[in-house]
Amino acid sequence: MRVHAQRAGALLGGLAFPAWSFADWTLNLTPGVTSTSNEIYSLHMIILWICVAIGIVVFGVMFWSIFAHRKSQGHKPANFHENTLVEILWTVIPFIILVVMAIPATATLVDMYDTDESEVDIKVTGYQWKWQYEYINEDFGYFSNLSTPRAQINNQQKKGENYLLEVDNPLVIPVGKKVRFLLTANDVIHSWWVPEFGVKKDAIPGFINETWTRVDKPGIYRGQCTELCGKDHGFMPVVVKAVPEEEYTMWVAEQKEAAAKERELTQKEWTLEELMERGETAYQTACAACHQADGSGMPPAFPALKGSQMVLEDIAGHIDIVVNGKSGTAMQAFGNQLSEVDLAAVITYERNAWGNNTGDMVTPKEIFDYKNEQ
Amino acid sequence: MSAVADTHAQEHHHGPAKGISRWLLTTNHKDIGTMYLVFSFAMFLLGGTMAMVIRAELFQPGLQIVNPEFFNQMTTMHGLIMVFGAVMPAFVGLANWMLPLMIGAPDMALPRMNNWSFWLLPCAFLILVSTLFMEGGAPNFGWTFYAPLSTTYGPPSTTFFIFAVHIMGISSIMGAINVIATILNLRAPGMTLMKMPLFVWTWLITAFLLIAVMPVLAGVVTMMLMDINFGTSFFDASGGGDPVLFQHVFWFFGHPEVYIMILPAFGAVSHIIPAFSRKPLFGYASMVYAVGAIALLSFVVWAHHMFTVGIPIAGQLFFMYATMLIAVPTGVKVFNWVATMFRGALSFEAPMLFAVAFVILFTIGGFSGLMLAIAPADFQYHDTYFVVAHFHYVLVPGAIFGIFASAYFWLPKWTGHMYDETLAKTHFWLSFVGMNLAFFPMHFLGLAGMPRRIPDYALQFADFNMVSSVGAFMFGATQLLFLLIVVKCVRGGKKASAKPWDGAEGLEWTVPSPAPYHTFATPPEVK
Repeated sequence: MRVHAQRAGALLGGLAFPAWSFADWTLNLTPGVTSTSNEIYSLHMIILWICVAIGIVVFGVMFWSIFAHRKSQGHKPANFHENTLVEILWTVIPFIILVVMAIPATATLVDMYDTDESEVDIKVTGYQWKWQYEYINEDFGYFSNLSTPRAQINNQQKKGENYLLEVDNPLVIPVGKKVRFLLTANDVIHSWWVPEFGVKKDAIPGFINETWTRVDKPGIYRGQCTELCGKDHGFMPVVVKAVPEEEYTMWVAEQKEAAAKERELTQKEWTLEELMERGETAYQTACAACHQADGSGMPPAFPALKGSQMVLEDIAGHIDIVVNGKSGTAMQAFGNQLSEVDLAAVITYERNAWGNNTGDMVTPKEIFDYKNEQ
Repeated sequence: MSAVADTHAQEHHHGPAKGISRWLLTTNHKDIGTMYLVFSFAMFLLGGTMAMVIRAELFQPGLQIVNPEFFNQMTTMHGLIMVFGAVMPAFVGLANWMLPLMIGAPDMALPRMNNWSFWLLPCAFLILVSTLFMEGGAPNFGWTFYAPLSTTYGPPSTTFFIFAVHIMGISSIMGAINVIATILNLRAPGMTLMKMPLFVWTWLITAFLLIAVMPVLAGVVTMMLMDINFGTSFFDASGGGDPVLFQHVFWFFGHPEVYIMILPAFGAVSHIIPAFSRKPLFGYASMVYAVGAIALLSFVVWAHHMFTVGIPIAGQLFFMYATMLIAVPTGVKVFNWVATMFRGALSFEAPMLFAVAFVILFTIGGFSGLMLAIAPADFQYHDTYFVVAHFHYVLVPGAIFGIFASAYFWLPKWTGHMYDETLAKTHFWLSFVGMNLAFFPMHFLGLAGMPRRIPDYALQFADFNMVSSVGAFMFGATQLLFLLIVVKCVRGGKKASAKPWDGAEGLEWTVPSPAPYHTFATPPEVK
């Protein structure tokens, strides 16, 4: 039945809007690339056509009255009202339609809730305003930030093809395997959505939600955060790269190696210039959304760092607030989000950029020791 | 003899007071009704202006006019002002004017409380709107103010927002008590419950819904207040609370609230369609039962707003089935309106145009509602523009067209003049086209994957957003025409007879137009 509805839908849709099936005038839901998204699509088409059919009957009778039963045409009003049979029929028939509709919907829902026997487990954490992906059994993870340049958003540069739907590090999953997502959030509620998978689930701070997908077609799939999560809610896309299994295995090995290297960097002797350079990059991805690229902030919610008393004088306080955050405010604890190197680099950068010239340097080792003491 | 003396005394000593004190101190249901309607229209224009800001920013991709912070304040304030400032007070205004006239009562049962419940509203909205000028800006967490975005991460003005919601809630509860007391105690002799006009019925049920859920809203904002200012953790997982608890409590209020905004419109339309079809309503009793059924079901469907939060599958199924069930009584209502029109003698003055558009477009909103009820499909629709399209289809051509239909229907009774029919029809057609142009493309945007509440969007959404903005500007500008029509009608125009619509039924048409300051000092007899 579903397949038929789908075909009928596609056919009728195509007939109704031939010119619109191109370009940007997308009218309908995507059938997607997973069994879940296909099932959802056929449910969507069935219910849509049921609605269209009911609409044709109801509006048909109504328009017939509007055209034929007008006073200006001299139509004399009838005086009938209340008819038990008719009233029972128009209560019972919709009820039966609903029951018929509820059966496939229930089956799909049961399927969507079945997260057992997954082959890959990925923890997805929502942050204001980025996603963190952790490969639970592989011991590595990373952040995924919007990579659309600010200049495109502010109309100073031509917008790219994947404007607002591109990230620096996409999530990588293997095709043909059941991937389970464990979703949570670090601050406010976010929602992780990839339309072509038919997967949307809220990421809620303090709780873990589960969902799953199995993608059969390699490709890049794009989605967005769908729960209002503050000012940059529109700027935290989800990009998933589905790759063949061998490629995935190689990629995982590379990531593990890179993670080990990153840990070694903590022991390296750093110069102020090196830290400043690394710090600027880290600052732009982790801090600039709130404190702004020039450190001017957006008071009162996001204080300025340029000329800030803490940045200029209180080095211990500065390390503490970056590592542990400040409860009751939007300032997150970056201790677990950034590596020791990046933490040291960001703090060093903030203490020396925008005319803050304190000359202070905080090394990765100091951060490492600070975290260990806690 | 004494009866004659009484009438004499009334005519000379109980007219309206002079100057500002007439409005500040009035206990007259007509004056209070007028104030509610004027206030609601002012809020409609303010909330509408905010919608124009939103649509202007969304006219093209990229950030042009406002920054994301302010954009979020606009979506939040637009929603709050439209729901609590425009739609709800408009229906209370209609209730104040019409309920006593429809049931043959001299006034509302509790006139002093009536005055107070009105005057609380401007105070509440003064506080709410003033947050726009506070440091850190107005509330920016959406009209649904989900925690912890609205608690731990909310702007400093959140406490003022909470206070404003409390005051609005008190006003609504007192208004509802007044409606119930009036309907149950002041009906003319002979008017049994099942002889009451449908607008009276729908308002009676609405009032019970208000009393049931406004305290729940007060509760949820109080918990927020405690979390923000007194260190509790109702909605903070790190202190043992639960952010999802907020959503359960909020939507336990929020879903019946949706029906609070539509049931009175159902009632009004059930008067207007028979009047202009010159034929009695097809099924009076089934209409009453359908409204009752919708009201009862509205209490057990709240979690359909939360299909993606991760409620267990049993809960998911329950809320899906219960939600689908609402389609049955709602269908009964639509079928009844259509059956009433069928083989009538139809004419299309402005009230009827708005009422017919109400039936068609509300039904379209109902269809998308039915689609949203299918839980698996909702995973794709949830929090996209499909939802925005859905609830604007039930609220704009639903609630707001219902209010316009009522206003045109009863304006002759209120002012004693006929409104300008040509201008009113222009108002209708421009609203109708603008509204569909603004909201229909949102269905496509949602299905194509555009999330709601974003200030900027990917390029594939550009075309429909531009169409939608053009429609919104058209709809917005057209509403100034309504202001002109009403002002013109108040100042003059063709004299209206006691019953200007030949097919209209009810006690309100037995008193002269304009309705005298005091009506039904002696209750009429209803057979």
